[in-house]
Amino acid sequence: MRRLPLMRLIVNGTETVAPDGTSVAGLVEQMGLAGTACAAEVNRELVPRREQGGRLLREGDTVELVTLVGGG
Amino acid sequence: MSGVEVKVAPPMSAAAPLVIGSRSFTNRLIVGTGKYRDGPTMAAALEAAAAQVVTVAVRRERLFNERGESLLSSLDLRRYTVLPNTAGCFTPGDAVRVAELGRELLDQLGNPGANWVKLEVLGDKKTLLPDPVGTIEATRTLVAGGFEVLAYTSDDPICAARIKDAGATAVMPAGSPIGSGQGVLNPNNVVLCLEALKLGDPHYPVIVDAGVGAASDVAAAMELGADGVLLNTAVAHARDPVLMASAMRHACIAGRESYLAGRIPRRLHASASSPWEGVVSYVPGE
Repeated sequence: MRRLPLMRLIVNGTETVAPDGTSVAGLVEQMGLAGTACAAEVNRELVPRREQGGRLLREGDTVELVTLVGGG
Repeated sequence: MSGVEVKVAPPMSAAAPLVIGSRSFTNRLIVGTGKYRDGPTMAAALEAAAAQVVTVAVRRERLFNERGESLLSSLDLRRYTVLPNTAGCFTPGDAVRVAELGRELLDQLGNPGANWVKLEVLGDKKTLLPDPVGTIEATRTLVAGGFEVLAYTSDDPICAARIKDAGATAVMPAGSPIGSGQGVLNPNNVVLCLEALKLGDPHYPVIVDAGVGAASDVAAAMELGADGVLLNTAVAHARDPVLMASAMRHACIAGRESYLAGRIPRRLHASASSPWEGVVSYVPGE
């Protein structure tokens, strides 16, 4: 069976798609967040920025992309 | 106000810095960055407070809506040591995740606030009171992971001591519920927290966190012997946030100096400031 060219991900609670083989860094770029302060978590585990290029996402992964906001 | 005399030994000088773990600050007021009507108001309020430490929260990027104003466009990171919180976490596991995300973000930004955290493990959304068991568990995990933990807790002195035992760098008892503006509801308990936490360790930092409504609340907390006060809503939602931030700064200094100066005991009866000797007037009862 041929692999689908796109994989489904849950990004920040919303279902989305990305090309197979997308890395965390690639997803950050796809979301328009490259170069911003953005931390990433895949399946509830932190992926530090230096590892984001090499960390490939898989079908069904749950990704959180977070930043700093005002808080007390 | 409590009629109980404070027994916590004062340190040497009013100019002594607030030391929290590996960090040291001259301003004892920590200010939050939430709930301001806009970024420039926040920036002006932080400046008026002369803040050195500001708290922030970690939240999802808004990917699918138009993005609003970013905190980081208004917050000059070179001026402040950022203290990320775990607000909104109800389990120790989530609090640890959010602390790690905050550390990662501050690492990326090159801010000296990486690897410390204002730990909140909440028990209930309505009261935002802390879950003491979850707070202790998360403190242990985070300390083992290299964090300096500043733990938000209730004003229960036994729980405060347990959190210190778990390795917290500072314990931060609430004066009253977060954002409630009720001030220090139980000064006796705050004094008991100070006694328990500073026993044999007089420089252990204890910061009253939450509940401040006005500048007098800050002064009251500092007069009890707290090492600092952390606040947000009372400034952000004041009619004039910048003026209130200035008031908070002065109240913090006033309360600290008043504590160090040593208050007089409370007395039931009056004590005249002018001498009785030499009065030319009729004095009743004499």
